[in-house]
Amino acid sequence: MATLIRHAKPAQDSWLRLEPAAEGAPPAIPERGDLLVPLKLWQSSAGVLLGRPSGRIGVWLAPDEDPALIADSLDALALVAVFFPQFTDGRGYSTARLLRERYGWRGELRAIGDVQRDQLFYLSRVGFDAFELNDGIDLQSALSAFADFSEAYQTSVERPLPLFCRRSTEAA
Amino acid sequence: MVSTISGVRLRVLQMYRYDEVDQRLVDERVAQFRDQTRRHLAGQLSEDDFRPLRLQNGLYIQRFAPMLRVAIPYGLLSSRQLRALAYIARRWDRGTGHFSTRQNIQFNWPKLAEVPDILAHLASVQMHAIQTSGNCIRNTTTDHLAGVAPDEIVDPLVWCELVRQWSTFHPEFAYLPRKFKIAVSGAEQDRAAIQVHDIGLQALHGENGEIGFRVWVGGGLGRTPVIGTVIREFLPWRHMLSYLEAILRVYNRYGRRDNKYKARIKILVKELTPDLFRAQVEAEWAHLKDGPATLTGAEVRRIEGRFTRPQYRKLEPLPLQYTQALAREPGFARWVGRNVHAHKVPGYAAVTLSLKKTGVPPGDATAEQMDAVADLADRYSFGELRVSHEQNLILSDVRQSDLHALWHEAKALGLATPNIGLISNIISCPGGDFCALANAKSIPVAEAIQRRFDDLDYQHDIGELDLNISGCMNSCGHHHVGHIGILGVDKQGAEYYQVSIGGAQGNEASLGRVIGPAFAQDEVPEVIARLVETYLARRDSEAERFIDVVRRIGIEPFRENIYGNTHQTREARAGQLAAA
Repeated sequence: MATLIRHAKPAQDSWLRLEPAAEGAPPAIPERGDLLVPLKLWQSSAGVLLGRPSGRIGVWLAPDEDPALIADSLDALALVAVFFPQFTDGRGYSTARLLRERYGWRGELRAIGDVQRDQLFYLSRVGFDAFELNDGIDLQSALSAFADFSEAYQTSVERPLPLFCRRSTEAA
Repeated sequence: MVSTISGVRLRVLQMYRYDEVDQRLVDERVAQFRDQTRRHLAGQLSEDDFRPLRLQNGLYIQRFAPMLRVAIPYGLLSSRQLRALAYIARRWDRGTGHFSTRQNIQFNWPKLAEVPDILAHLASVQMHAIQTSGNCIRNTTTDHLAGVAPDEIVDPLVWCELVRQWSTFHPEFAYLPRKFKIAVSGAEQDRAAIQVHDIGLQALHGENGEIGFRVWVGGGLGRTPVIGTVIREFLPWRHMLSYLEAILRVYNRYGRRDNKYKARIKILVKELTPDLFRAQVEAEWAHLKDGPATLTGAEVRRIEGRFTRPQYRKLEPLPLQYTQALAREPGFARWVGRNVHAHKVPGYAAVTLSLKKTGVPPGDATAEQMDAVADLADRYSFGELRVSHEQNLILSDVRQSDLHALWHEAKALGLATPNIGLISNIISCPGGDFCALANAKSIPVAEAIQRRFDDLDYQHDIGELDLNISGCMNSCGHHHVGHIGILGVDKQGAEYYQVSIGGAQGNEASLGRVIGPAFAQDEVPEVIARLVETYLARRDSEAERFIDVVRRIGIEPFRENIYGNTHQTREARAGQLAAA
């Protein structure tokens, strides 16, 4: 199982991730347990998913999937994840900011896929608070990544006011 | 020439000085890269995973060795910084630096393990190599005469620094589909090539005198050259960052990632159409407008206050000793005519030190030259200088009364070639001698052309002519916007050169048209000579420049004067080959 970091600490993962369906056949939906499902499955089977006897539901988005598509579902979800096919595919960074800043997602926002140590600082700034590390990433080194920089110029989820506004408040 | 923002006058600015946070961030970047390099060399970070990280620190792996590209934000350098670059050239390179077409400097021989030390040395003089490569927002460029040009409407430097800070470590835009270049211009004449950048910001005054920007998007050179489109006629200054954010977000989300040759924003703008692209940006901006990224007058004044200001004296314009020297010494007058530029403060001038001496790779400067130029800057120009996108160095604040003495010193250093705007002021990439991407060499071609036109009288007679050379389609030598452009191409493993004419930069930006099949390296100088010959025969007066004639008569007459003969030589050569 992949190593999980949540709120900058090692964490246990209770979630089972389902992959998109192969041609035609919808994936089997387990009866119990926390399930992280692809967007398409959520769109086609929300009723079934929410009607299970136990367990929470989360949705994961591919890089080309618009977070607006789950904006109205967020109340029903316990986790939203964004998939990075390669760490160099930066679309998920915009997805995260939109989820946090535009659609008001306050629950766990998890980066999954090719998640490595050297992207954690930026990922945390755009609103991710959980990270499923790719195989072979050293956990201790990864935990130190959140302190790579002590300040930032821009507006971001983690510090909504840009440095220039915070500076003038401090000065005032 | 004073602009107002919230009632405060913006004066001539010189160098931006880091504050504690600026310095801390650059220091932390050095520590971060030191750790990344250590992990890479220890085998804990694979080459594939390390590559994007080192690129965002300016480090390429090149033909012979790594190449380190150091940012010179919007082209401004202090003499102290230039001395630090000279030190780096001596200690970690082979004694030379190459000034690039994007107001950067490149070192061609550093060792990977030593790069963190070089970055630490840069940080000690408020410099860095952050985001000088990779698929991120690159070094912001501007007019090399920013602040001093008489035709300036708005000094772009404050806005450049604001863009620099905003784009530095922007967490959302570090892994874009492709590289992203922003240029800012604030003068009537565009000297920053804003129409061929991913975003060009043209600073101007709105109806009530307020500063704002005309926003160009989707220009670029490379393998698909495009002149940008205006997507907003006037953007009030306080919205600059939120609007940039909207453009970048649309690009980050929808720019193509399936094909690196179609991944620049220009392709997205083209495929969507500029109107649809504009609509998407405006829709995105509607959410961001007036949000926390909205600039404040206090911040603009704070940034402005961190720039040093030259302490100009009240001087008589055109002092007698200067005008007498002009009348007495034709060599001096010629240099002044080409390399000295008007200044908005009476009695001062801006001076280009040419890095285009025949036999020296365009844009190259030795450590000794850098140290010497730093001394010149200290003695003649308030300790500051600029780097132009035409790969020359500018002393921006020289007293007219000092020009004659400066000319003598620059001549002794080999930096007084009076060729700015002339055919031998060639813009060239490093080409196949250094660059792993190049199809063909650039530097020997530049040199051969400079030798062919070595006669300065002839060059001056030809007049203004931009000749640009790129060693491959990536177009680092901006060949598309040269009045004459030369592109290195690969023809069955051999190096050939495609020639285009009719390109131009600036307000009347246009893309050159290829005149016909490519030439072998040794044919190029003769081809250029024929183009010039056609121009001289067809111009209606000396005032009609090469580019004007191409625009008036088209490329056909130029083509005819070349291909008749070249075909013959080709056929003759084919005959010889067949006989052999």
